[in-house]
Amino acid sequence: MLAKRIIACLDCDLGLKGGRVVKGIKFKKIRYAGLPWELAERYYKERIDEIVFLDITASAGRRTTMVEVVEKTCQRVFIPITVGGGIRTIEDAKKLFKAGADKISINTAAIKNPKLISELSQTFGSQAVVIALDAKRRNNWFECSIYGGRKFTGVDAILWAKRVERLGAGEILLTSMDRDGTKEGFDLELTRRVSEAVSIPVIASGGAGKKEHFLEVFKKGKADAALAASLFHFKEIKIQELKKYLKERSINVR
Amino acid sequence: MITIIDYGMGNLKSIENAFRYLGARVKITNNPKEIEKAKKLVFPGVGNFGEAMKNLKRKKIDLSIKKSIQKGASFLGICLGLQLLFEESEEALKIKGLSIFKGKVLKFKKVKIPQIGWNQIRIQKKSKILKGIKDGNFVYFMHSFYVEPIDEKIIVAETNYEKNFCSVIESKNIFGVQFHPEKSGKVGLKILENFVKLKC
Repeated sequence: MLAKRIIACLDCDLGLKGGRVVKGIKFKKIRYAGLPWELAERYYKERIDEIVFLDITASAGRRTTMVEVVEKTCQRVFIPITVGGGIRTIEDAKKLFKAGADKISINTAAIKNPKLISELSQTFGSQAVVIALDAKRRNNWFECSIYGGRKFTGVDAILWAKRVERLGAGEILLTSMDRDGTKEGFDLELTRRVSEAVSIPVIASGGAGKKEHFLEVFKKGKADAALAASLFHFKEIKIQELKKYLKERSINVR
Repeated sequence: MITIIDYGMGNLKSIENAFRYLGARVKITNNPKEIEKAKKLVFPGVGNFGEAMKNLKRKKIDLSIKKSIQKGASFLGICLGLQLLFEESEEALKIKGLSIFKGKVLKFKKVKIPQIGWNQIRIQKKSKILKGIKDGNFVYFMHSFYVEPIDEKIIVAETNYEKNFCSVIESKNIFGVQFHPEKSGKVGLKILENFVKLKC
């Protein structure tokens, strides 16, 4: 049986040489002491199922590229790697795949130019195209945002999810902006509604704070995978313990 | 020496990294003569069945792969590289595959596609390629199509998604896996190591 996946997200600031993994809490950034590929290797050894690198460099001055981060990581880490942040063109994506990435994740570029989704999907296969969807709760709907949550689009999250599937997206990385960083649990309603609206896998993100949150997002949220960042960096939850917990509650995990 | 066939599709870096990590020497080539001479061929692939066959034909690699296999080279097809060994695919209806094995490549119909994620291999019989691998071990899949060999004897492992489908084949010197061993953690590395250690 196909397992539910646990994914670690590494938010990377590439302003320093080699890049740093940072923890973003409401626009304040706390540096995690470690190079991205070192942390990725630690997770690999701890049996994480996948790794997502997100470029959140704010300044224009980059001293390292994501390509370099991926190349270094893929020499020692043999699980799937997704890269997101700042990918605008087929060429951007091509460089990352060549470096060893398995999937690329796009948000802003997709909303601004939906054709890019089908172009990427036709060039690299739908399995390699992840659409990051950052959703904010409104009265009785969810609104998509872009530019890392700084701009709202008026686009309905459920309708957008259906549209990206038609355009050839292979997966949706769904982040609840209301829950992100709160540790209050995933937004189960949002996750379930998106998951039921599409037939491609949905990765739930935003709000994980304890093991129970993962259990409920798989059971009630119908997520195919669940993603967390700082929770794993600081070992608040150990990946192996989380998996054991889920397995004991009849969730199929690796 | 592991010779990886480069036919202009798919992610070769990861498979190269995995073999190097295991200490193997690796050559990546699209030269038909080098492919013909190779002792151990790896045929990776992500992409479309029809496009891949066109690329192989244009570069005349299809014939050199067949010759190399006839000469007794060990051959490992990964994902699309396994599917291309068969006669035809629902992904590209009018295009003939390498037809080394009889059978078709079919599309999943009633489940989420692509199948993305970790799924278990159910071992059907003893094999060289799965030496040391346990029944129920997880490996990483990323595909919408699967092979259905007519000769069931070549099936050494199956996986359940929609139904039990063939996920590993072995026939003399020819091996094929539907999943990505280069992305399947330690289990995947062990399978690649088995291939590296084959005597030829």
